[in-house]
Amino acid sequence: MARPKIARKSTSVDMTAMCDVAFLLLSFFILTTKFKPEEAVTVTTPSSVSSKVAPEKDMTLVSITKDGKVFLSLDNAEVKEEMARQMNAGRNQGLTEPQISKFTQASFFGSPLSQLGSFLQIPNDQLKGESLPGITVKDSSNNELVEWMRYVASAHAKTNTRMNLLLKGDNLAKYPQFKNVIDAFKKNEQFKFQMVTNPENVPEGTDLWKKFQRGEKVEE
Amino acid sequence: MAEMDTSSGGHHKKGPGVKKAKKLSTRVDLTPMVDLGFLLITFFIFTTTMSQPTAMKLNLPKDTDKPEEQNKAKESGALTLLLGKNNGVYYYEGQLDPAGANFKSSTMKQVREVIMDKKRRTPEKDLVVVLKPGADATYKDVVDILDEMSINDIKRYALVDISAGEAQLVQVTESRGGVQ
Repeated sequence: MARPKIARKSTSVDMTAMCDVAFLLLSFFILTTKFKPEEAVTVTTPSSVSSKVAPEKDMTLVSITKDGKVFLSLDNAEVKEEMARQMNAGRNQGLTEPQISKFTQASFFGSPLSQLGSFLQIPNDQLKGESLPGITVKDSSNNELVEWMRYVASAHAKTNTRMNLLLKGDNLAKYPQFKNVIDAFKKNEQFKFQMVTNPENVPEGTDLWKKFQRGEKVEE
Repeated sequence: MAEMDTSSGGHHKKGPGVKKAKKLSTRVDLTPMVDLGFLLITFFIFTTTMSQPTAMKLNLPKDTDKPEEQNKAKESGALTLLLGKNNGVYYYEGQLDPAGANFKSSTMKQVREVIMDKKRRTPEKDLVVVLKPGADATYKDVVDILDEMSINDIKRYALVDISAGEAQLVQVTESRGGVQ
């Protein structure tokens, strides 16, 4: 009696389709990914309902850390060079040519003006926000950010670039420090600035939410 | 899961001596490639920053000492919010009563009710919210309360320094309420 032959099915699956999908997704993620830019200091930002994306070009970013240190960073090298030259001319900062080029390359500034020279000597890989003194912003009479902002503003005017002033504060930073920073902006006639936040949904039932439901535009 | 070579079993059919060239399968095992693909996908998913930071705009008023340039607020339409320690919010309407009778406490979570209630009772052109963060308020509190302004669609609001009397009142209320 012949045994009924059971067809032996191969256990291997065709992987081609799966491979296609995997690499399609892979290329999507490779193309859309954007690595977090290296930041001077770790700042956890609060969230807001604002839906406007923060500008990424020509920005002047003032960060306030949770222990109240203030750092300044600019991304336009041309502006930074102009700033260094104006500082030399305006307040005898006495930056040498190599220091000016260091200044131009620096990703952020975080030292009292008197120690700027030695701050620029610190190699890049040792620049960590925790160990730096930050810009001296104590009260209205002892506020070096006023000076910094003056040079930032005039350097932007000289190089004819638009200035995007951004403020990035840590959740735990205290209000007086925030106020000192705003005061420094005010003294330089910088009345418009933007605060970096994380996006958040508009709570339901509120007036803004009703406005969105009606499809009205909200002015920023 | 390598491919089984099923063609090897059939060569004796041709009889002894007849050797058939071994037919090699053209199929390649793609499993390791898929593994690698998904490994890289996971890497990119984890490192990617999907949510872009947003920015909240704030326009500051020009500081002025001349009284004629200062904005006048109608007393009936004013709501003053004071920010204290630990997300505490204190508020009063109109002028502060010298004895502190209209001085009330709230929290950051409940302050929306207060603002909405005030907004309902006041004609739109009179409504002004005055924000006074104290020395113990955090940056987050300030951003939250400014955010609250845009959530409740308040057109006129101002960020003002806290006065000594108000700061003291907040402090007294805090110590009475046991806020550390």
